[in-house]
Amino acid sequence: MQRSLLSRPVSFLFVTPALLFVAVFLLYPFISIFYISFTNQTLTGATAVNPDFVGLDNYTRLFNFDRWMNRGEMGQSLLLTAQFVIGSALIGQAGLGLTIAMAFHRRKGFLRETVFTLAIAAWIIPDVVVAFAWFAFLDPDNGTLNAILSTIGLGNPDWLLDYPMLSIILFNTWRGTAFSMLLFSSALSSIPPSYLETAEVIGASPWQKFRDILFPLLRGYIVTDLILITLWTFNTFTPFLLTGGGPSFRSEVIAIYTYRTGLQFFEFGRGSAIAVVVMLINLLLASIYLLILRSRRAQS
Amino acid sequence: MLVVVLSLGAVVSAQDDPIEISIAGATGNSYAWLSEFVAPAFEDYMAEQGRDVTVNVIETSATAEDLRQQYVLDLGVGAGADLMAFDGFWLPEFVEGDLVQPLVDIVGPEVLEWEGWEQIPEGLQAILGYQGEVYGIAAGTDARAIWYRTDIFEAAGLPADWQPTSWEELLDAARALKEYDPEIWPLQLNAGLSMGEATTMQGYLMALLGAGHHIYDFEEEKWIVRSQAILDTLELYNTIYLEEELGNARFQLAQNGRDLSFEAFSDGEVAMLVEGDYFWRAVINPGADFGLDNRNEIVSFALMPAMEPGAGFNGQDFVTVSGGTGYIINPNTENPDVAWELLSYMFSLEALAELQEIEPRIRARQDAPVTGDDVMSAIASDVLPYTTVRPPLAAYNRVSAEAQLMTERVVSGEMTPLEAMNAYAEAVTDIVGEDSVMELPFEE
Repeated sequence: MQRSLLSRPVSFLFVTPALLFVAVFLLYPFISIFYISFTNQTLTGATAVNPDFVGLDNYTRLFNFDRWMNRGEMGQSLLLTAQFVIGSALIGQAGLGLTIAMAFHRRKGFLRETVFTLAIAAWIIPDVVVAFAWFAFLDPDNGTLNAILSTIGLGNPDWLLDYPMLSIILFNTWRGTAFSMLLFSSALSSIPPSYLETAEVIGASPWQKFRDILFPLLRGYIVTDLILITLWTFNTFTPFLLTGGGPSFRSEVIAIYTYRTGLQFFEFGRGSAIAVVVMLINLLLASIYLLILRSRRAQS
Repeated sequence: MLVVVLSLGAVVSAQDDPIEISIAGATGNSYAWLSEFVAPAFEDYMAEQGRDVTVNVIETSATAEDLRQQYVLDLGVGAGADLMAFDGFWLPEFVEGDLVQPLVDIVGPEVLEWEGWEQIPEGLQAILGYQGEVYGIAAGTDARAIWYRTDIFEAAGLPADWQPTSWEELLDAARALKEYDPEIWPLQLNAGLSMGEATTMQGYLMALLGAGHHIYDFEEEKWIVRSQAILDTLELYNTIYLEEELGNARFQLAQNGRDLSFEAFSDGEVAMLVEGDYFWRAVINPGADFGLDNRNEIVSFALMPAMEPGAGFNGQDFVTVSGGTGYIINPNTENPDVAWELLSYMFSLEALAELQEIEPRIRARQDAPVTGDDVMSAIASDVLPYTTVRPPLAAYNRVSAEAQLMTERVVSGEMTPLEAMNAYAEAVTDIVGEDSVMELPFEE
């Protein structure tokens, strides 16, 4: 066994600031939100001053299965969030990111630099700026997208009203592809070129190269990427800037649902209950991620 | 040494007395008035008394809902501007949430000595009052009507001097306009969540009052959640937006729909818009964002008719509803005396006269009449007598949001009027409790 550099008390002293930090900024809010979720606390009205303890009331309302799947309710919001995560993160960002990384693997030049620069630019521009740009892009009458579509005779849809989910999925794909692209691209560059060269010599098709060489070597990175972007996308609030969750809650993903309940309708107790459920889902996703990481470490 | 410097600094600042007073929520005309007239005039007035005061006017371009949200969050953590432009119907939930305090408690008994109170009738003082206490000074009140483009009316063969006496006559005019030019949206009656309170006040309540009752029964002290009038109202929306497409549903659903509808009216693409007099004095006034230079020649207003003559709220032939705005003092202010000096100065006759120049309006002070604007005078004399107000209850805002949602569900085609009413009834019961709701008979 390795001897540790510091004695136990001393090492404890070193981690104390970090632990305090975690306690103040993570543990305390969590406990307070957990507590508030069992009250009828609001931000205005009499229950703002004197909230009552209501037991599981907030939770039974959230999970009232008679109207769970109605628009603007918890179940519907979770379903939309699932569509959003699968559409924009798993298929959109990871799929597109992997495609771009593969397409430019072992290539250099103007095209690669342009594509990478644009993807990274889309990733690092501030949310509000991006939202304004997309507002203009999707405008039904004067937007760039419809200008292109109508030239080739595909009509003039009102994207944010008629296809709110598709709009925010496209938006978030565009917005976040860079992360997956960079991750896959650096993973690919770690694969020894001799593997692929040997495969070419013996006449393997591109699909065979992907299936038998690249995919097995990339699998660990793909899992990491999927878990991370799932967590991020699950919690993202940016679609609010485009659709506000509407029309009629048709793009109300869980982060917007939480915000509307707690900070627009000022029902802090119920909003906290949603936040607790969201935290539990996050915890589950994070545990899966950690488990996979640990089993990979055990393998190596 | 450091202590000496610090205490010296304290002495100097006490002598110089540099105070900054901020006013939040200023928009358009009120921003112009506050920043160009009130702030410099008040600073001079204070300087004469040897006090160094700076007035910081904070302009907002947010929606009323966003502004209210910001106030809730600011006041909740003991922050916020010293004075806040405030909508009267927000007050009950703010008072009950202990977010605001009566003027007397913040400033002291001297507020009662202000000369202006005598000029403001008690009914109008109550715009920023709740349960007998006054929290601010009301700027003025308003009323709602149908604003229409006389130029389009005449082109379509309708009289420029027009006044429908039933919903059917209103719809007939809309049909005639659509026939004249299918590109025109004849009539916008506000609906949907994104317009917020503008949907409840200018749309839902204007129709509901005409169908026979208010959102709340003031005698029974209960919210009316199912009734024939609610169904009739939702049917009217259905006729306008779905069955006959007399109005553009997109304006009611889009995030920026209210501005789109203003712009369309200004461009002559919408012929009739049910709006408050705010629309006349602050949206299409010459020089405003959607201003019409020839507003006085091509825009007129008609009273909103009841469904049938005599079928409206209290048996009225015509209906309208009023709100009121003003300014409150933030209980967290560090300078309550100066804040009150400023607030009372803003509503001095001298300062109000300036505001009436910029924006003639029905003012709370009776010695500041509407001058120089016949339309605003007519709103005061012809429309205001029919008016009613919203129930001053803390639960109103949540119920109002459910009413907005109910109209959105119909206008977007998600639900039939009956389904939407049932969903509304369920949601409102959830908010206020079984004992605070009632139903009236209706036919399915």
